[in-house]
Amino acid sequence: MKHYAIKYLREEVIPTPFCSGCGNGMVINALFKALTELGYEDLRNFVFCSGIGCAAWIPSPHFKADTIHTLHGRAIPVATGIKMMRPELNVIVISGDGDLAGIGLSHLIHAARRKLGIKVIMVNNMIYGMTGGQVSPTTPRGIKTTTTPYGNIEKPLDVASIMATMKVPYVAKWTTYHMMPLKNSLKKIINTDKFSFIEVISQCPTNYGRNLGFRKPFEMLKWFKENSIPISKAKNMKEEELEGKIIVGEYLNQIE
Amino acid sequence: MGEKYFIQGNIACAEAAVIAGCRFFAAYPITPASEIGERLSELLPAVGGKFIQMEDEIASINAVIGASWAGAKAMTATSGPGFSLMQEGIGYAFMTETPCVIVVVQRVGPATGQASKGAQGNFYQSRWGTHGDYSAIVLAPNSVQEMFDLTIKAFNYAEEYRTPVILLADELTAHIFEPLEVPEKIEIKERKVAVDYSEPFFDSKDPLKAPPMPRLGIGLNVLVTGSTHNEWGYRATSDPMIHRKLVTRLYYKIEGNAKKICEYELDINDGSKIGIISYGCSSRSAYGAIEILSEHGLKISHLRLKTLWPFPDWAVKELSSKVDTIIVPELSLGQLVREVERASYDKTKIISLTKVGGGELIRPQEIVEIVRRL
Ligand SMILES: Cc1ncc(C[n+]2csc(CCOP(=O)(O)OP(=O)(O)O)c2C)c(N)n1
Ligand code: SF4
Repeated sequence: MKHYAIKYLREEVIPTPFCSGCGNGMVINALFKALTELGYEDLRNFVFCSGIGCAAWIPSPHFKADTIHTLHGRAIPVATGIKMMRPELNVIVISGDGDLAGIGLSHLIHAARRKLGIKVIMVNNMIYGMTGGQVSPTTPRGIKTTTTPYGNIEKPLDVASIMATMKVPYVAKWTTYHMMPLKNSLKKIINTDKFSFIEVISQCPTNYGRNLGFRKPFEMLKWFKENSIPISKAKNMKEEELEGKIIVGEYLNQIE
Repeated sequence: MGEKYFIQGNIACAEAAVIAGCRFFAAYPITPASEIGERLSELLPAVGGKFIQMEDEIASINAVIGASWAGAKAMTATSGPGFSLMQEGIGYAFMTETPCVIVVVQRVGPATGQASKGAQGNFYQSRWGTHGDYSAIVLAPNSVQEMFDLTIKAFNYAEEYRTPVILLADELTAHIFEPLEVPEKIEIKERKVAVDYSEPFFDSKDPLKAPPMPRLGIGLNVLVTGSTHNEWGYRATSDPMIHRKLVTRLYYKIEGNAKKICEYELDINDGSKIGIISYGCSSRSAYGAIEILSEHGLKISHLRLKTLWPFPDWAVKELSSKVDTIIVPELSLGQLVREVERASYDKTKIISLTKVGGGELIRPQEIVEIVRRL
């Protein structure tokens, strides 16, 4: 029997070009598990839009589906044009933190305001992976990157919280350590026709892990595990206690 | 005889877009182009189309690209600052062979310049605004009638050649009220749609033709990317041959059809030693001057460009072979004149008549003065 994921992949382009241990493969895995559990035999009614970056290569060209690899930061406007003309299609944006929260942030905010039924999966590796490890708007304070050699002095953007503030019907944040709940969240957004947003904190061992001193990908997963706090618990904690923590869970769920 | 109206240039453009089959319009308001969107926000819902005011011009051009891949004829409209913001998206549309129409109503620049004042400073930007090797189709109306006619043409070229087409208007042509006659018969080109894999989506055996374009959502697993790609859309970002093949095909798809795409009025008056080359609002000044001069018994030849790009070198050459002097009036510090210098014979004397700012047009009398001094 063929692997369950094969039906969603263009076999001629696997293996993917991602570095070994990259979180992108885990995101693909979670998404395909979700699709399989929902009973999708193919990706016929899906359109995947991505921008530019390693995360943007998740669908393009790997998914056996309609995939549009747009300009850096512009996946959401392209998805908007598609969804307006073909509302029956399941339009999913998958891109990185630099793409969606840096250069493309205004589009994300406006999409959250419009609430057109597109779904956004932001793979947040907290760094600009593709271009060699420069600081991202989501890089935590103090981290050394190739453009913050003395440590990042800026505060990172918490995109999931912004989405929740904007009353996006479904907002969740997980890490690649949280494969099961991530898969379950993905199932929910695949099945809804409301605007929704999932942030996945992911590992870039090549350009981020080494800055934190993590030599192996699993060390980063362990760090995700140890630094994650469920949102229910975080609600009763002070801001200082939450500094540097990853708050995981469903930030908002108005689709069920 | 078709129906007659007395309307504004921008409104004529909006009406023509709907007749051409436009069903998606995304834009960000900007003077002097805003009326196009305002009118389409009224017209499109009535014909099952979609209108959206996006958060900026970058979003607008990208939404247009998305809508085009979803199967719609799509358009945006802007002016200088917005056109500058759209450049990366225009390159993407060219590279991915995405048909769309970009209306640019020229105003005084650079930067915010003089927002409500007409100019012709985007002549070169309309051709070389985005980075890399490409070609562009740019049409330039000079009346309300042509705002209508050339908008239809722009859609037809976009669909036929699977490429972005720019309608380069100016404030005068966009805001003036004039009679418009809607022709009884209007030729509308429909997209050649791919429904299977019999022909590649991104290559064509005939280099002068665009490949058929697939539509999203019909199970064809379309791969679209602005990166260099092979005939099925697979990225190939280090293969020199694939890149050369792709960009030269895209380039010649337009340049090779230049004779078909280029429209102009070439009025050669036997025995005239002086010619004028103009486009857009400045062509109206040229007509005025020619009339004054003919009243004084002086014959002038005139080449009025309706297609700016591809540039009709041969038409310039023809005029240049017949006259000693060519005057080029334009509302810029001299852009069109450089192309005229390039394309004309060395023996022809080229005189540049330029004016910028305040939306002041070139007065026919100014052209007449130059002729008198010759
Ligand atoms: C307009 C523009 N600016 C800059 C770049 C260069 N660039 C390519 S990918 C990238 C960052 C990608 O970071 P992210 O979205 O976080 O994705 P990752 O590679 O980390 O998955 C940048 C800056 C570009 N392609 N286009
Ligand atoms: S650079 Fe980082 S994000 Fe990009 S493929 Fe390698 S590990 Fe993944």
